[in-house]
Amino acid sequence: MNINMTLIGQTIAFAIFVWFCIKYVWPPISNALHERQKKIADGLDAASRATRDLELAQERAEQTLRESKEQASQILEQANKRSAQMIEEAREQARAEGERLMASARSEIELEVNRAKEELRAQVSHLAIVGAERVLEASVDEKAHRELLDKLAAEL
Amino acid sequence: MAAGNEVSTTYYIQHHLQNLTFGKHPINGWSIADSAEEAREMGFWAIHLDTMGWSIAMGLLFIWLFRKAGKMATTGVPGGLQNAVEMVVEFIENLTRSTFHGRNPHIAPLALTLFVWILLMNSLKIIPVDFGPVLFAKLGVDYMKIVPTTDVNATLGMALGVFILILYYNIKVKGAGGFARELSLTPFNHWALIPFNLVLEVVSLLVKPFSLAMRLFGNMFAGEVIFILIAMLPFWAIWVLDVPWAIFHILVVTLQAFIFTVLTVVYLSAAHEHH
Repeated sequence: MNINMTLIGQTIAFAIFVWFCIKYVWPPISNALHERQKKIADGLDAASRATRDLELAQERAEQTLRESKEQASQILEQANKRSAQMIEEAREQARAEGERLMASARSEIELEVNRAKEELRAQVSHLAIVGAERVLEASVDEKAHRELLDKLAAEL
Repeated sequence: MAAGNEVSTTYYIQHHLQNLTFGKHPINGWSIADSAEEAREMGFWAIHLDTMGWSIAMGLLFIWLFRKAGKMATTGVPGGLQNAVEMVVEFIENLTRSTFHGRNPHIAPLALTLFVWILLMNSLKIIPVDFGPVLFAKLGVDYMKIVPTTDVNATLGMALGVFILILYYNIKVKGAGGFARELSLTPFNHWALIPFNLVLEVVSLLVKPFSLAMRLFGNMFAGEVIFILIAMLPFWAIWVLDVPWAIFHILVVTLQAFIFTVLTVVYLSAAHEHH
């Protein structure tokens, strides 16, 4: 083991290899490594963001569903109420109409009856008069008995 | 055991621990050393061809593999090679982030280079010790030590590079004055203790690269020697020891590369810190 020029040669070789490594070997590998690191980090980031988005969307969907369900039940309830109300109204109306009809029919009947009575009375009195006239012929003073006959007719 | 056997054993060990040296021999001129003595006689102006060759080959393998992965790198799903490379890169990045407290984009690539390069060089150790020397002897090359980190020049060379970076960043971050102040006024902030502080700080500064180099070299060299000793056992007994030792070395190889890298990052982190 004698020290000689090899020492210097080795130092020079060392310097050249280090220089070459600094200049041409390290940068591309290191860059690729860091870029890939960044890419992977970005990917993971995006994945976690997507998961969060998904969670959010699910939550929103659930909420929307819940809301719409609520709305639907509300609408249904409203409709039920409204239909009940309508039925009630219709019933009321029908009843009122029926009553009105019945009343008018009754009054008409009454009117008719009255008229018939009146007519009947008139005719009866007339018939009575005619009858009496026939029976009595001119012996009866129409004027004198009119009052009596009217009274008789009113009693009918 | 006969004397001849002992000689051949010593020769075997020495042969396996001898680098292929090219240098200026006082007599033969610029040539490849034929023996350990010749290599020693060449002194400082010599170079270990096997250490340089294998370390550069491993460095190029690292550069090629990682550059290829870098070119293919996409932000999509990574393939096999890219996955492996990215695992290492990420490991180094985390290590740097947890250990280095300054702000310097060059530290992580530096640590990556050191870690993978040393790991690859150390991994050559898993190749059986005889393969290199025997194969290259067939090709006419006398010596071949294929694990560069068992050569103290290689580890010390890398540590020297780290040391230069420590000095550079100390001066760059704290300024020359700030660095000098740190060397002379810590740990005792009193003018009378400046020489004492200087000795203390300079020693601790110098120890850093030296311990880096020696730890790696020591572990690898010792492991190599054990491998060589095991290889000299009778052929039917080799695997009994060789296999556990090799499996253990998978751990050592990784651990030593890791320790070298971590300590480098720690030292450079300290260089970036103000006191």
